[in-house]
Amino acid sequence: MNGFPWLTVAGAIPLAGALAVLLVPSLPRDSAPGDVEARTRLVKVLALAFSLIALVFVIVMATRFSTTGPDFQFTEQYSWIPQFGVHYALGVDGIALVLIGMTVVLMPVVILASWHDADNAKRSVKTYFALMLVLETMMIGVFAATDVFLFYVFFEAMLIPMYFMIGSFGVGPRQYAAVKFLLYSLLGGLLMLVAVIALYVYAGQSAATGHHGTFLFSTLVHVSLSPTVQKWLFLGFFIAFAIKAPLWPFHTWLPDASFSAQPGAAVLMLGVMDKVGTFGMIRYCLELFPAAFRYFTPLVLTLAVISILYGAIVAIGQTSVKRLIGYTSVSHFGFIVLGIFALTSQGQSGATLYMVNHGFATGAIFLLAGFMIARRGSDRIADYGGVQKVAPLLAGLFLVSGLALLSLPGLSTFVSEFLVLAGTFSRYKVAATFATAGIILAAIYVLWMYQRAMNGPVSESVSAMPDLKARELAAVVPLIALIIAMGVYPKPVLDVINPAVQSTMSQVHSTDPVPAHPVSASVSVSAGAQP
Amino acid sequence: MTSLLAAAAPATIPAPSIEYSQLAPMLVVFGAAVAGVLVEAFVPRDLRRSVHLLITFGSLAAAFVWTCVIAASPSIFANGSPGHVAAMGAVAVDRPTLFIQGTILVLAFVSVLLIADSSHDVSEFAGQAAAPPGSPEERAVLLAGLVHTEIYPLTLFAVGGMLLFPASNDLLTMFVALEVLSLPLYLLCGLARRRRLLSHEAAMKYFLLGAFSSTFFLFGIAMLYGFSGSVSLAAIASAASANTGSDTLLFAGIALTGLGLLFKIGAVPFQNWKPDVYQGAPTPVTALMASCTVVSAFGALLRVFYVAFGNLTWDWRPALWVVTVLTMVAGAVIAITQTDVKRLLAYSSIAHAGFILTAVISASVAGLSSSLFYLAVYGLTTVGAFAVITLVRDPGGEADHLSRWAGLGKRSPLVAGIFALFLLAFAGIPLTSGFTGKFAVFQAAIAGGATPLVIIGVLASAIAAFFYVRVIVLMFFSDPVEDGPEVVVPSVFTGTAVAVGAAATIILGIVPEPVLSLANHAATQLFVR
Repeated sequence: MNGFPWLTVAGAIPLAGALAVLLVPSLPRDSAPGDVEARTRLVKVLALAFSLIALVFVIVMATRFSTTGPDFQFTEQYSWIPQFGVHYALGVDGIALVLIGMTVVLMPVVILASWHDADNAKRSVKTYFALMLVLETMMIGVFAATDVFLFYVFFEAMLIPMYFMIGSFGVGPRQYAAVKFLLYSLLGGLLMLVAVIALYVYAGQSAATGHHGTFLFSTLVHVSLSPTVQKWLFLGFFIAFAIKAPLWPFHTWLPDASFSAQPGAAVLMLGVMDKVGTFGMIRYCLELFPAAFRYFTPLVLTLAVISILYGAIVAIGQTSVKRLIGYTSVSHFGFIVLGIFALTSQGQSGATLYMVNHGFATGAIFLLAGFMIARRGSDRIADYGGVQKVAPLLAGLFLVSGLALLSLPGLSTFVSEFLVLAGTFSRYKVAATFATAGIILAAIYVLWMYQRAMNGPVSESVSAMPDLKARELAAVVPLIALIIAMGVYPKPVLDVINPAVQSTMSQVHSTDPVPAHPVSASVSVSAGAQP
Repeated sequence: MTSLLAAAAPATIPAPSIEYSQLAPMLVVFGAAVAGVLVEAFVPRDLRRSVHLLITFGSLAAAFVWTCVIAASPSIFANGSPGHVAAMGAVAVDRPTLFIQGTILVLAFVSVLLIADSSHDVSEFAGQAAAPPGSPEERAVLLAGLVHTEIYPLTLFAVGGMLLFPASNDLLTMFVALEVLSLPLYLLCGLARRRRLLSHEAAMKYFLLGAFSSTFFLFGIAMLYGFSGSVSLAAIASAASANTGSDTLLFAGIALTGLGLLFKIGAVPFQNWKPDVYQGAPTPVTALMASCTVVSAFGALLRVFYVAFGNLTWDWRPALWVVTVLTMVAGAVIAITQTDVKRLLAYSSIAHAGFILTAVISASVAGLSSSLFYLAVYGLTTVGAFAVITLVRDPGGEADHLSRWAGLGKRSPLVAGIFALFLLAFAGIPLTSGFTGKFAVFQAAIAGGATPLVIIGVLASAIAAFFYVRVIVLMFFSDPVEDGPEVVVPSVFTGTAVAVGAAATIILGIVPEPVLSLANHAATQLFVR
């Protein structure tokens, strides 16, 4: 409201960085290796600089965010396609703000960690870092959009840079993984497109919009839809988000994609892109279709619990570190969805905090695993052993981030997982009980992986493994620090999240109040809608 | 020709009033075509190409400017009139038609840029199409350096027919326009220099199937004449709403005229010619057909179904639903197995015809405006895509087989990148014009109550996305083939075509507002009756 387009500028900084990176002239093929190295170094430094500028800018923006102010702040609104009532409308509530914060924190970390990922002579280093920065722009856009059309545009468009990052720069069956990733997401996105259009058409018939179709979120929340319509539209949005999140049984693209992507790209995918799914569940599924949200709650809780247990059990059996981490994410996204659909303020706050913490924890462990894989040239757990003795820093940090993955008290993930489970238990005891088993399974997959890879006798192939270098430490240590800091003192982040959660809750309550003492919870599909 | 004079004709036949200024765009193009024929006869061979280029580009540009002038002229649209029926009720001059004609002229201009490009070491067109491949005659023609400069007047005739086709206000004029646009295209299809037999086969197939469909169309006209006693679209509409004639004749007439029109847009089950013809024809001609002919045929389809059968939506809608579903699904599914890039785009064009049909079915203002918009953006992307295909060449000519495109992204990132942009636009990815178009037609369809069609449409889009993405995988993620095709540096002509296509694809994806408002404005009053 203060007139300065904070969010547009925040999104424009990485885009400008991408352009700057692309404009660095290429050297002719037969240049001296030294020149080429200097040139690629320039590209990387530029990319890192722009991501750091974006980080600083967002931090400054966040300090101006008022936790007692209006729901949506830093709003901007311009008419974009008047024929369809489309606006270029941006604004953030607490939930979106912390997710944007997580995005800009992870970006420089990932760039630093991916320093040599594209150095293979056949690949264009410029393109890789430009794609990353374009992706950052789109991810900021998708969290900041307050127009459903604009959200959809970013939601779909951000697939393309990630598709190229996996397909061009990935490892293993990267083509297969990239196509699978894109097609799964596109299918979900296209179903959502039907729902988006239908929402627009229904909005045009509603008195709340003055019979003018619109995509503005602020107007759409006042459009009352019949329960049947709500259910169909909810499904259209939800399937897209469930594929993105990913929720069992829509998760099958994720292990392939996280295996084939470079560690940096995988962190952006698991850490940020997939959060759009859970973010969308809160922002769109819940706020736009509250009745359908309640109707489908038993089904979704079931899927969430299955995801938690299935992801964790399958993770235990993985032989590849990257796939293992991919499956743990399936489990963790189950927790996030559980917290969202429990529809208690504890659960919602916990789920939002979980999104941020999961981004940092998974980011840290994936990057560390990536460093390890880059040294040994294999992602199979069996190829390691005794790393702790040759690379104590690597192993130590790996342990800390692994403990964060299993939600050890004192680390940030514990707070969010506790909130989610507590929030769920107050209403859905059975679901919460089953979900708690996920914590035990998490301990198994993390500790067993650590034991096999890091402890025991030093495997021959890792005996000469160097420990972490300064650049790698610089990338990971901030994440570890954040994990510990937010575990000890999560209040600043919760203070930003809670007002947004409260306002979401009150908005949904106002249309359909939830009983103070809910009937004993059930996760069975046939339980039907809450009254 | 429409006012079939009654038996008791007066002794003196009044001279028909012809609104020359309103018909000028078509007259200019036809006049230029006739002049082109004279050029063939009288101008020395070495000058012909230059003169043809001058005439062709000049007439297309002049026709476009004149179309804009008519669209802006207050007299035709005074007092909220939807338009004017010129030439004794034969030709409608209304806003949708002018939009379509403007689109056709722009697309034709860009396509002619490709046709006129003579910079390749091997021309797209045969020196003498009648000389059998590999024969001494052919060698003699090659040595003499002969080229078919007739392609320019033929193209102009085809474009003239395309301009008249959607503007025809009675079915006989429409039939004449159909023939005028089709016959030159049959010839142009057979002129490919490379893979001559394939080209001849394509021309023959196109001609035979086209002749069949024309016959059906004509038969349908006869039925409708039997039903209403008139070939004028408005008279058929009023006879249908008065419900005076025989229903059998009416429905048979709708089915047969509809068949003729659906054949031209390549809707399933009348799509069989499309892949063969698109593959066999010289690529610049394919570009012309894939853009201009489709636009023109959709224009005619829209006019016939909105004006003549506008009150019968309940009767034709179920049949068109079936056709639309088949078109979207079959186009997308069969495309998956294609290995030739031109055939791939042919099937993709079939699927896209299905997407537009979802909006046509709604029979509403939104349906019309979104179809118009889709046609414009799709045409521009298509011309650009075919322009890129002319650039990727093996020693003998274009490298159409997809396997040859492997690793193109590493050899020439710019060309591959632009082609990827076009493919993403076809797939309907946001921030490209394809998304805006798709959004527009699906929005009209849902507002028109065709939500199931849209759901099938998005599923078909997802299937279609698979093969677009496959080409991108091939270009960017695969390693280059040994002695792969060379990407020639585009001449000014082809370069302009590619640039126009790419610019339109991006700009209309980000700021579609001007063209959308033009299309909306064109559609608000539907067609003149």
